[in-house]
Amino acid sequence: MSFATGLRCRECGREYPIEPIYVCEFCFGSLEVSYDYAGIKRALSREKIASGPRSIWRYKELLPVGDDVVDINAGLTPLIKADNLGRALGLSQLYIKNDCVNPSYSFKDRVVAVAATKAREFNFKAVACASTGNLACSVAAHGARAGMKAYVFIPADLEMGKVLGAAIYGPTLVAVEGNYDEVNRLCSELAEKYPWAFVNINIRPFYAEGSKTLAYEVAEQLGWRAPDNAVVPVASGSLFNKIWKGLNEFHHLGLIGPVKTKMFVSQAAGCSPVTTAYQSGTTQIRPVKPRTIAKSLAIGNPADGYYALKTIRESGGSATMASDPEIVEGMKLLAETEGIFAETAGGVTIAGLKHLVQAGAIKRDELTVAYITGNGLKTLEAVQDSVVKPVLIKPNVNSFEEAMGLKVAATGDTRRNPGVKD
Amino acid sequence: MAKRRVMFTFPPELITEPVIYNLGLQFKVVTNIRRADVTEDRGWVVLEVEGREDDIERAIAWVTSKGVRVDPIGKDIIEG
Ligand SMILES: Cc1ncc(COP(=O)(O)O)c(C=O)c1O
Ligand SMILES: [Zn+2]
Repeated sequence: MSFATGLRCRECGREYPIEPIYVCEFCFGSLEVSYDYAGIKRALSREKIASGPRSIWRYKELLPVGDDVVDINAGLTPLIKADNLGRALGLSQLYIKNDCVNPSYSFKDRVVAVAATKAREFNFKAVACASTGNLACSVAAHGARAGMKAYVFIPADLEMGKVLGAAIYGPTLVAVEGNYDEVNRLCSELAEKYPWAFVNINIRPFYAEGSKTLAYEVAEQLGWRAPDNAVVPVASGSLFNKIWKGLNEFHHLGLIGPVKTKMFVSQAAGCSPVTTAYQSGTTQIRPVKPRTIAKSLAIGNPADGYYALKTIRESGGSATMASDPEIVEGMKLLAETEGIFAETAGGVTIAGLKHLVQAGAIKRDELTVAYITGNGLKTLEAVQDSVVKPVLIKPNVNSFEEAMGLKVAATGDTRRNPGVKD
Repeated sequence: MAKRRVMFTFPPELITEPVIYNLGLQFKVVTNIRRADVTEDRGWVVLEVEGREDDIERAIAWVTSKGVRVDPIGKDIIEG
């Protein structure tokens, strides 16, 4: 059973029943799911959660879904204490939420699991999306699992890893010759014309709720408490706001103490409408044309940007940005210190974290969680020219030692001189 | 008659111009403002434009040519 009671306009507060709608008829504001929190409080406890499924569905009471879910096992990803990276950045309590390891290799599995479940509940026969990649992979995967048709629209210039990563599940994959904005508008029109569940259009209020699980998990994995700081890569701003919402819901339900978490936005410098608005002290987001290697974050006109600014203010956080070279450096630093290969969005998080520490916004002994939301194998292009190249040798010891600079002038068989260094 | 829900985002130089009023005057469309946030140097307006499909098209083309950014409501559907 679901504890969701309806949809509520975020602007004027008007209430709507649970239907595949996403804007308020009256003020055109966006809609958000409301819940019977008293009922949830009675149904949920730390013990109940801890003994639940090892996936996002352990928090099902806090998601707007019934019992029959579309499940590819999203969520419950590792939270690791990142001592090496912490040392490099000057932090003593740094944690990495490694969401690269979701079934389709990004955090989007959390939102799409909820969206696909809802689409099936609403009796849609097809799921669809417009995407810069990660969402495409996840929608195609969940469509396959649910036995629903999947229509996936991507810009034609997408990274190979994301095109293939979606294609393998056998969706109808449409590459649109145009920039993100144009794919976006096309899908807006298609959503009116075809009876498909566009996960981030007509199912969006439900879809977005899936991101709350990234707050729940972190709080549970930290031993039922909220972190001091959360650093989040931001595109539309939805994920960022839902992490904040999730932490506050947990407190409201008595599952954790007061939430004093500061929420930090990290964006790519080539697409930073939220950070730019924050830095110029306005609540007006000025849309931009994205130009960055962080294609997954390339939303020039973020729908939840205004609310992200509100979340920053409410939580006492701030916003930062990272240039393309800094993004690549961030990806490498994370990989070299912690063994985690993240996509460009992860580079944005790490580079942003570095700036925040340098600026004194995040302090050494504070418990800080950096959200790593997508897998590096999807954005190989971004790093292919900045990593070590393999050393080419012949298949013999001599060739190896020569290449490594291990070879002594000695003539003999080096195998008999195991101590030889130089 | 058709209806279209859109968001206009104004650049600073157009803030003081009666763009939406002129839109109604020059094209056979009715505008109905639902929400807005306008400061002295920037602003957006969420509105519904009603009229014949081709009149709406021409009206939107005209505001766009004036430098207003026009987005359909539900604009952010592109995600990673
Ligand atoms: C890997 C990754 N991280 C973060 C985001 C940001 O999510 P949001 O649009 O909710 O801000 C996205 C997609 O948009 C993404 O693909
Ligand atoms: Zn409303």
